[in-house]
Amino acid sequence: MIDGLMGYKLGMTQFFSEEGKLIPVTVLQIGPCKVVQIKTLEKEGYQAAQLSFDDVAERRVTKAIAGHFKKAAVGTARRLKEFKGDLAGMNVGEALTVDMFKKGDRVDVTGVSRGKGFQGVMKRHHFRGGPATHGSMFHRAPGSIGASSFPSRVFKNQRMPGHMGSKTITTQDIMVADVRPDQNLLLLKGSVPGAPKGLVSIYRSVKEKVKKA
Amino acid sequence: MNQLQKLEESFLKPNVPQLKIGQTVKVSLKIVEGEKERIQVFEGIIIGMKGVGHRQTFTVRKISYGVGVERMFPLHSPSIQRVEVVREGEVNRAKLYFLRERSGRSARLSEKKREIVDAKKEPTPILVPSISDQIEEENPVPVESVK
Repeated sequence: MIDGLMGYKLGMTQFFSEEGKLIPVTVLQIGPCKVVQIKTLEKEGYQAAQLSFDDVAERRVTKAIAGHFKKAAVGTARRLKEFKGDLAGMNVGEALTVDMFKKGDRVDVTGVSRGKGFQGVMKRHHFRGGPATHGSMFHRAPGSIGASSFPSRVFKNQRMPGHMGSKTITTQDIMVADVRPDQNLLLLKGSVPGAPKGLVSIYRSVKEKVKKA
Repeated sequence: MNQLQKLEESFLKPNVPQLKIGQTVKVSLKIVEGEKERIQVFEGIIIGMKGVGHRQTFTVRKISYGVGVERMFPLHSPSIQRVEVVREGEVNRAKLYFLRERSGRSARLSEKKREIVDAKKEPTPILVPSISDQIEEENPVPVESVK
């Protein structure tokens, strides 16, 4: 079975479990993802399946990509992504749906985090900053980034202000709170990276795999 | 309506009681203690409601041994077995927080004058919406009131 699927983040909400506990969830619209290409050890040197998601009119994609979809005889889609896994018995054109996950499963979610723009060190690296008042003239600045006699230079990877967010982030070991295969919805307990409408990929939890092995 | 809103609608509990500010209610709450389940009743005045849809909550205030106790209940929680309306108070506010500063006689609300309001209609009995009337009768559960 394939290791993951992709979809869009819809947003967050909450619901009551059977025990009456209120569970905060992120709602994801996952799949159906169609298999566009299967990469094999013989030909490409590794095993993976290229999946498509979010069907779109043919005129919306470039001719090259449209031709790629035509070869697989599946409709054109907006998103293409490769996923690893055991691909035995998988055929091109097959649609994979969210029902490969069930309630209680553990998953990892990869998405592009919300962009925060150019940020200072307090927000970006959780520096403490200085006192706000009492004549302090040191508020949100980073302070010393390297002394003059030694090391007489700035170390590599010194944390400084800069662009924050819009990075690919993976959140591990999230519990599947509910699955609605009729609506292609996956409800995950807690938050996942990215803004609503952002593309996210769901993988079987790496930590769970380690635990089982 | 987007998919998220549609999903939230599926979280709504059927037949939730139509509660109003100022009503005196008995809230039957299912409490699970280890293996055992029991029903606890919390009786007081609804002093506020908050939220929409499946997030809606209501706050009930009562005086317990001379101490004011307020408790907030999610309207759509499965732990709430039933809500019985005991009486309806006449109120002109959405939030009855002024009751917190009052005690004794001044903390009471006058009963709603339904005869005058519904003069032309059939006299309606006091609204007693319930979620699980039948269940309660079939399996009598020991009702332990809050002390």
